[in-house]
Formats: sequence, structure tokens, C-alpha cells
Amino acid sequence: MTMRAWVSALAVVTGLLAVDVAQAQTTVRMSWYSDGNEGEVVADLLKRFEAQNTDIKIVLDQVPYKAITENLPVQLASGQGPDIARVVDLGGIARYALDLRPYLKDAAYWDANFGPFLEWMRPQGDTNSIPGFMTQLTVTGPFVNKTLFEQAGIALPGAKATWEDWAKATKDVAAKVQAPFPIAMDRSGHRFFGLAISEGAKLFDAKGEPAVIDDGFKRAAQLVYDWHKSGVMAKELWGSVSGAAYRGANDEFKNAQVVMYMSGSWQIAQLDKTVGNAFDWVAVPTPCGPAGCTAMPGGAGLVAIKTTKNPAAVARVMEYLASEPVLSEFYSRSLFVPGHIGIAAKGLDYKDASPLAKASLKVFSDQVAGLSPVAYKLQGYANNRIIFNAVISRVGQAISGETTMDEAYKRVASDIEQQIAERNKK
Amino acid sequence: MRLVDWPMRGLQRLLGERRMAYVFLLPNLVFFSLFVFLPLIINVVFSVTGGAALFPSERPYVGGGQYAYLFDCGSFVDPGSCREDHFWRGVANTLRFTVFQVVAMVLFSLVTAVVLNMRIRGRGFFRAVYFFPVLLSPVVVALIWKWILQRDGLLNAGLTALGGQKILFFIDPGWAMFWAVFVSIWAHMGFYTLILLAGLQAIPADLYEAAEMDATPRWRAFWRITLPLLWPNLIVVIVLALIRGVQTFDEVFVLTGGGPGTATLMVVQYIYETAFSNQVQNFGLAAAASVVLGIVLFGLTLAQLAASRRRSA
Repeated sequence: MTMRAWVSALAVVTGLLAVDVAQAQTTVRMSWYSDGNEGEVVADLLKRFEAQNTDIKIVLDQVPYKAITENLPVQLASGQGPDIARVVDLGGIARYALDLRPYLKDAAYWDANFGPFLEWMRPQGDTNSIPGFMTQLTVTGPFVNKTLFEQAGIALPGAKATWEDWAKATKDVAAKVQAPFPIAMDRSGHRFFGLAISEGAKLFDAKGEPAVIDDGFKRAAQLVYDWHKSGVMAKELWGSVSGAAYRGANDEFKNAQVVMYMSGSWQIAQLDKTVGNAFDWVAVPTPCGPAGCTAMPGGAGLVAIKTTKNPAAVARVMEYLASEPVLSEFYSRSLFVPGHIGIAAKGLDYKDASPLAKASLKVFSDQVAGLSPVAYKLQGYANNRIIFNAVISRVGQAISGETTMDEAYKRVASDIEQQIAERNKK
Repeated sequence: MRLVDWPMRGLQRLLGERRMAYVFLLPNLVFFSLFVFLPLIINVVFSVTGGAALFPSERPYVGGGQYAYLFDCGSFVDPGSCREDHFWRGVANTLRFTVFQVVAMVLFSLVTAVVLNMRIRGRGFFRAVYFFPVLLSPVVVALIWKWILQRDGLLNAGLTALGGQKILFFIDPGWAMFWAVFVSIWAHMGFYTLILLAGLQAIPADLYEAAEMDATPRWRAFWRITLPLLWPNLIVVIVLALIRGVQTFDEVFVLTGGGPGTATLMVVQYIYETAFSNQVQNFGLAAAASVVLGIVLFGLTLAQLAASRRRSA
């Protein structure tokens, strides 16, 4: 055999082997949205998984948040979704989730570390399935531009300050430094309900059915309404768009136009990167109302999808990402509050975080202990997004002067009733 | 060429010359049936079903329930009295938007076309400039104007530089609707101007020469020669602007998000949000609303075509 023939034979064998490996690969598709840098982190972690598991190829579709909230449910309803998705509407997606329990090597690890959050992902009546895990636990709360307070010569209100105290302080600061937004609250029902529960909203009746409009709710809605009238809040967020559209104030906060930005822990990595040294910002404990000082818990879960053709491969990817060392690295690099009991108990070293970000993470982590049971109940309620959306849509209309608050309350109640009835129609 | 000729000639011999027309129409008809008529039928089917399921087989039949819900109104002139007030607010806004937009669009396009038809210096340049926005995507158009009109936008920067106060254009309902109409006209006027310009150039020059010899004033020549001969083109422009106005969604959605409140919420945005962006994706209600919209559009087109036929008869 000549040298040329040997080389040809070797090339053919290598080619055949490559084809064989390629043919044996299982593709797992993952839809992922990002608030900060977590998309880069997970892509990096998945590359490592692929290097160790050559039989699995992961296609990571990085999509906008809106694609997850609006397009994914339609995709899933048509049976065309990805194999794994990072979702925020855990209750709404629950019916499409795959129970990973039969495919997991160590289901007890999942029960022990993700137990309290698994309920958020399960369909109603299901107490056993393991649909996924939390990529982060979020807590709503305010960020404050400390530099603006210093420039105005006004002291920051203390840890147990009320919402009214903060409204007064931020308005004074804004007036002195000519900032257009004393308080900016994301146009999001999730943000509003921390305030509402602190004001005494109970949200559910004795049977566990939604009963949203009560005195506590009205007190909170009236506060938000009055703040828009008095200039504590600018209409650009709650009064500028229609329906359930989300509006954040990241850009305004970054440009030092906002004194206090009511958002949440997921913003830390982004603020750390975008604000840089422009000014000092701090996370402060959630302000208090007559019923307490609660934030709203939440977060994004990574959920396996029922329609996958490769549940075993999906389970392997999920097991890898949910394993303690990998998840620790993920939380640590993306500056997220851990949604893993073991990691949270041990504590996490956010090595790459700036001192400002580290301090903020501590403030948010401390808030977890003070979360109201009503807040947990609302977060775990499968139809919570219906409630959130009805509130921002109708209160937004009242703020923009289109309707009265009394009319808004009636509409919130009827919207919730009608949409839940529509969902339950069989 | 012969390869194509051969089967065609065979077919023509088989079917006869007249029936060959249907052979040429068939491929398009198949595509239309598949991508227009079939979805239309599915939409009507969805409009008589309820629930949150996507597949028609899993959706319960509710008869005219969705339509009854849409039309459950105390007074049709007061959207607040309707059970589905957002739909009626969308209807009212769309009507207002369409009326203002069509009137202004036709007027501006006509004036621009008449001026661009005259022998002015830089005529080619102006024609290109007015047509340029038509080439832009509606989303890009809206984003450009949003950048100009927002709190810290270009316009407010100019106003404050001149010592004025910032105006929050997207917070005041009147301003928001004004800019929605304005941006729509800015973006599409070039297209309608082009149609009218083509019509103006088709008018024989000797008619104007004869009028000039009779010492007819220019405005009279415009009224008696230009307008009547341009009428078929004007009808096309009015019909197209009307249909576009009723269907408006993308530009306004990106520019104002339907707000403030629901001041610029259009019917198509209502349909989109009801079907896709609300938590419970209410395909049945959205389908019923789109059937109502379809009927209105169909009626408008028929009325305009009838008017055009009467004028040209």
C-alpha cells in the first residue's frame, strides 16, 4: 500500500467516525432570556457540558424577555416549543412542564434543595413532580441614588421608614437636584404587590380564590395614584403605555434622573455594569406600610418541557446545571440570589462583584426572611399574572386620567374573573 | 423555451384557449386558498369557540358568545359603558385616527404631487426625498420619532435650548394622537404622492394649453381639469389610506404603546394583545374582533369601489 493510499484510508475512517459521532448526538434546544450577564454565563457552562458529554448538543436560543412571556406560551400550546426554557410565569407554563423525577439520578437532591420552589412550577393539584429549578430567586426592592441624596444634603430614611417617608424624602431630593423622577416603579404588577401587601392587601378569600380588591389594595393603589398627581412618580412609566405592557426605568436610573428606583435584585449585575462609577447607588430595605415591610418573591425557573423527544438527555442537562458546583458558579458570576437551599445556607462568595453590588446582594438576601406569607401565596398562585396584568392595565388607565379609581377597581375584579373563567373553560 | 412550449400547447389543445386562463390562475389560487382563505375560515371557526386551548378540536363551542361579549354595551358612543371597553376604545381611536389621517394624507399628498409636477428646480431630488420614508420599516420610523419626541429627545432639547419647557408628548392624550397621525403621514405620504403624480402626468398637456388660451384662472383649471381627471387616482389613494388607517398597528404600537392609558390603542393592537400578549391568550375573542374588523374593511372597500364606479361611469 502506498503512502497516498494509507492517507486516503485514514481519512475515510476518520470521516466515518466523525459521521458516527455526529449521528449519535442528541440535540437539546433551550430558550433563554437574560436580565444581565447570565446568558453569557450559561453559554459558558453549557460548552463545558458539551465537552464532557459529546453525545449531547445544546442549542441555546437567547431570546428577548418578551419572547418568553408572549411567544413561548403560544409555541408550547402548539406543541412546538423548545426542550428547556427559562420562564418567569411559572404557574402559567406549569401545564407544559415535564416531570423530570423518573429521569433523575438523585431526585432527593432536588426535593431537598429546590423543594419550596417546586410548588411554584407544578400544575394545580400536583404535589410530586420536579419540573425544573430556579435559576435565581428574586426579591423586589428599591435602589437609591445615594449621590443625589448627598448632593441635596438630605439623609436617607432609615430601615423601617414608611412608603410615605420615602415619598417625601425623594421628592425633596428631586426638587433640590432637579431630577424628574423622585420614585420610579417598574410598570409591573409584581412590583406593585409588595407595596399592596405591606399596606394590608390579603388578595385571597377563605377558599383560596382571588379576592383582590380590599382596603389594603385600595390604600396602595391610591398611594400610587396620588404620587402621580403630586409628582412623586412621573407618568412616563405607569401612565404612558396601555394594557399590561411592562416599562422599566433602567435607563433613567442609569442617567441619574431617578432618586429611588423600585425594581428588584435581578437588576444588580446590570446596574453594576452600566452605572459604573457615575454615582453611588445602594439597595435599601423595602419601605413599610401598616401591615409590614414585605417585598415580593419571584424569580426565573429553568423548566423542562413535556413535548421533548429526548427526556433523558434533557434530564442530564438539567442535572448538570442544577448540580451544586455548577449552580454556585452560575449564581456567583451572574450576581443572583440563590434559589437553592444548600447554597443559600452555605452562603455565596460573589467574587466578581463590586462593593456596591455585594452590599446590595446582602440587602436583598436579608429581605427574604421578612417576606409575607401572602406574598409567597401570590407568587405560587397559577393565575397570578392575570392579577398582575389587570392591575397595571386598569390603574394605569386611572393614572392617565382616562377613568376613576373606583371604576378601575371594578374593572380589575371583572378582568380577573373573566380571564380565569376563560382559562378554565373546557 | 420549447420545453415550456410543448406542455402548454398540449394543454391548450386539450382545454381550449379560453380555459387556459384558469390554468394560469390556478397556482395563485392554490396559494391564496392555503394562506388567505383557509386562515380566514379558521379565524371564523375560532370566533365561535372559547377557552385557552390552541387547537380548534380542544376548544369548546360557544356560538355567538364572543360577539355578544364584544357588543355588550350600555352605549356604543361611550366605551366605558361596554363590558369589553378596550375593544370599543380601540374602535373609537381607530376611527379618529383614520379620519384625521386620511383627510390630511390626501390633502398633503395632493399638494405635494401638484408642486412636484411643476417645473421647479431640484424636482428629482424632492421626489426622492418625499419617497424615502416609504422605504423604511414602520418600526424604524417609529423608533426615529420616539427618539425625537421623548422627554430627553431632540425636540425637547431644541425647546429647552430656546428657553422653553419640555413637553411630554407621550403623556398628553391629545399630543400622543397628534404625533401618531403625523408620523403615519410622514412615513407614507411619499407613496400616495407617487400615485397622484402618475395621475397628474397622465393628464394631456393640451387641455391646460386650451384653458390658458381661454384665460382660465389656474385655480379654475385645477378645479375643472385636474381634479376630475385625477379622481380615479384620488379614489385609489383614499381607499388605500382608509384601509391602512383601519389596519394601523406597528408604528403606533412602537411609538406610544397604545397609551397614555388607551388614548392611542388601535383595534389591531387590541386584537394582538387579546390573542397573544395577555396572560390568558383569548384567541376566540380576538378572532371575533378581527371578524368584525374584516367586515368593516370589506364594507369600506365596497363603498369606495361603488363610488369610484359611479364617478367613472
